[in-house]
Amino acid sequence: MAAAPRSADTARAETPLARFWSQFAESRLALAGLALLVLIVGTALLAPLVAPQNPYDLAALDLMDSRQPPGAEAISGKMVYRLGTDGQGRDMVSAIIYGLRVSLYVGVASGVIALTLGAFLGVLAAYLGGRFEQVLMRIVDIQLGFPAILVALILLAVLGKGVDKIIIALVTVQWAYYARTARSAALVERGKEYIEAARGLGLSAGRIVLRHLLPNALPPLIVVGTVQVAHAIALEATLSFLGLGLPPTEPSLGLLIANGYEFMLSGKYWISVYPGVALLVTILSINLVGDQLRDVLNPRLAK
Amino acid sequence: MADALLEFRAVSKRFVKRLDAVERLAKRLGAQVAEHTVHAVDRVSFAVAQGEVVGLVGESGCGKSTLGRLGCALHAPTEGEVLYRGVSVTAGGGRQPPIQMIFQDPFASLNPRMRIAEIVGEAPRVHGLVPKAQVADYVADLLRRVGLDASYARRYPHQFSGGQRARIGIARALAVKPEFLICDEAVAALDVSIQAQVLNLFMDLRESLGLTYLFISHDLGVVRHLSNRVVVMYLGRVVEIAATAALFESPNHPYTQALLAEVPRIDRKRRTFVPISGEIPSPLAPPPGCHFHPRCPRAMPRCAAEAPALREVAPGRLSACHLND
Amino acid sequence: MTLLEVADLRTEFATRDGVLRAVQGVSFSLDRGQVLGLVGESGSGKSVTGFSILGLIDPPGRIAGGSVRFDGEELVGAAEERLRALRGKRIAMIFQDPMMTLNPVLSVETQMVETVLAHDKVTRQAARARAVDALARVGIASPDERLRQYPHQFSGGMRQRVAIAIALLHSPDLIVADEPTTALDVTVQGQILYEMQKLVREVGSALIWITHDLAVIAGLADRVAVMYAGRIVEEGEVEDVLDSPAHPYTRGLLDSVPANNVGSGRLNQIPGMTPSLLKLAPGCAFRERCRYAVARCGEMPELVACGPRRVRCHFPVVAAAAAAAA
Repeated sequence: MAAAPRSADTARAETPLARFWSQFAESRLALAGLALLVLIVGTALLAPLVAPQNPYDLAALDLMDSRQPPGAEAISGKMVYRLGTDGQGRDMVSAIIYGLRVSLYVGVASGVIALTLGAFLGVLAAYLGGRFEQVLMRIVDIQLGFPAILVALILLAVLGKGVDKIIIALVTVQWAYYARTARSAALVERGKEYIEAARGLGLSAGRIVLRHLLPNALPPLIVVGTVQVAHAIALEATLSFLGLGLPPTEPSLGLLIANGYEFMLSGKYWISVYPGVALLVTILSINLVGDQLRDVLNPRLAK
Repeated sequence: MADALLEFRAVSKRFVKRLDAVERLAKRLGAQVAEHTVHAVDRVSFAVAQGEVVGLVGESGCGKSTLGRLGCALHAPTEGEVLYRGVSVTAGGGRQPPIQMIFQDPFASLNPRMRIAEIVGEAPRVHGLVPKAQVADYVADLLRRVGLDASYARRYPHQFSGGQRARIGIARALAVKPEFLICDEAVAALDVSIQAQVLNLFMDLRESLGLTYLFISHDLGVVRHLSNRVVVMYLGRVVEIAATAALFESPNHPYTQALLAEVPRIDRKRRTFVPISGEIPSPLAPPPGCHFHPRCPRAMPRCAAEAPALREVAPGRLSACHLND
Repeated sequence: MTLLEVADLRTEFATRDGVLRAVQGVSFSLDRGQVLGLVGESGSGKSVTGFSILGLIDPPGRIAGGSVRFDGEELVGAAEERLRALRGKRIAMIFQDPMMTLNPVLSVETQMVETVLAHDKVTRQAARARAVDALARVGIASPDERLRQYPHQFSGGMRQRVAIAIALLHSPDLIVADEPTTALDVTVQGQILYEMQKLVREVGSALIWITHDLAVIAGLADRVAVMYAGRIVEEGEVEDVLDSPAHPYTRGLLDSVPANNVGSGRLNQIPGMTPSLLKLAPGCAFRERCRYAVARCGEMPELVACGPRRVRCHFPVVAAAAAAAA
């Protein structure tokens, strides 16, 4: 119950970033998650170089190779399908790598946009207070009252298919959560004396919000952000599985799982299961990193 | 007052927690919601003259911190005026203010994500006090003046001890060349030996820079050592003002008397503590008449009905008690 | 009759930057009905000493050595069940923040009744009656009503009194109080000190009061132990230590208190800062800041008798005489 006493000596000239990293690295599980995540993101980014085949290039596909089990050799003899092929003869490994790419792109892009939008509005609401804050928070409450899937479904039904459409839908679903977190964090910071000091020094409101409030409200947002990205990826997978959002020409992991579903009963499990595993591992690694981030950035556990 | 620098004229501050839209609706439907009003400061009037150190003492809920913030325009008064050199402090913004506050919590009063150089140098740079090229030297100079090594400018607040952070807070305030410092429990969170160092620093700065102080503290020993005059507050009102020696030797107001009798002192060993009866009332519902009457050993019926005015009972001594009539 | 015997207690914490020796060989004893003031600034190890006595040191901290004998029974290394049986019943702790004792989601009644039932086999009504009595003893008006309330409905001072009432439920033999009134107003502190004194008088509990406030110790304690950098540097009767301190640190501390500097321009100050517990130089820990330090101070002094008190200094008498002459 007794914590280590705070030592008066702190001569290490560490930036907050270096200190943060050494605290993060204390959890081996989180480091493993981070390593995995780096691997996954790296693979996705380097897809054209890493994938044995370009699954979007219809000329490279051979319909005769469709539904081959893992380890089968191509009829042409060019390659070995390490994880089998799907209904159109696509190599599963390549399909998964490219699918990861799409999933990650959609998840991260929507996360970043939602975070920027939500953070800005949330911090502004905390600083300005009054009518603006009340109205914004009511909108946030109402939006968060609806299940994310429902909102996304309705939006996509209206907007149609396309990567940009699904990003719009995901941003609409997520911004409210960021806004609420940002406002809470900013409210806590606003009560602290260094903000009072900044006001007392005659600094402008804009400067206080951008230079003082926002950087300190960011840590909880980053935690929310990592978990939300995982969430967005899962949500996108669900939507694709239901046939909305992404066109079949750019399959995400969700769409791959959907496409393979019809073959499950006939024993051709690899077409759904392997993309599913890839999805699982991606979300898991993001969550491992996010968990440790949350502990490190939790002010109550802070040293 | 002749050369009053900072003057509070019948200043009151009330914090009202207004009902929001949902609560107003609930009230209309018959729910038991009411607006809460905290009477933080109630018709306070006194002035601080150039070069003085005025100590402001009181316990929780007395309003001394709120009064301090009213003094440097961090709050606006609900009623009354706060004047600096005759001009309202809430007028004019964006310029560097002549009154600066030194805060209590050395951990929360510095932006954890800014380097010391930026914390101290931001305001003078933004206000154009110091040309951009000379800011680094200016900051180094200030750090030395408060007893810190100039190389500390590159570090972050978390790398310093409580006493060092208190000094950084002082450097930050000095950077905008103030004339008046309001110290809100500035040494309360520090160890005894560090307190002595920081208090000596305050006194040195007062000499070298000609500063005037309003020193807010609950520590009577510190106030006695530093101040020329003392203002005692209870539940938002001023109950006594006197020169330091006079106040400590012969307190007039029953609350001051009880406070001085209560406070533990090093020279009184193995004493039996005799507490004041009752609790400090909540500022949400202050007692009628004299706020102190429920706990006063010499309360009269008049005390519950009528609030006593702060009147001069001797040259330079003011007290708010019916017993003086 | 000695109730508590602490001998050469050592507690350390394993941190990223090395081993932090918070308590380095603390020894003292305490009789029933006695009040010991454990005084020191931050980093002195006083709070950790208090936690160690109750066995509340969790990893990465550990008690590295020494003994704590309570009524003849050794507590260091004792089984957790045994410690739990003693805690709350015979040894109680009061913390600076009452919310460390109180659970915000349970009513005061639930918490107090549970505490009684944890150690005594009595009926609920009997437990409740004891709770009402304890609240009344700490000066809480209408205890029967208050019992049903939740911690957030009490003010800070009242909460601390509830925490003390909980500590009193079993009339413990030893109470360890870690800065319980530091965050409270003067008048509330006065009330709590009054209650604690009454308790010591009526029940005969021994009290260890940990604080940095010398004035409170002066009024409350029978004996004082001054700690610096993990060790006791001076110990004795409160009049001896506070009126004629022999260790340069105690002397410096008392000199720097404003109450002892009335009228003078500057406060006497101890130069420098407390040393880091991670990088302690060999020899006396106060060397760097001591006016009278000489070469011999490179050797750690022992806690030896010096008149009616014990001091950890090679030249205590010299220091006292020199300061008296100054």
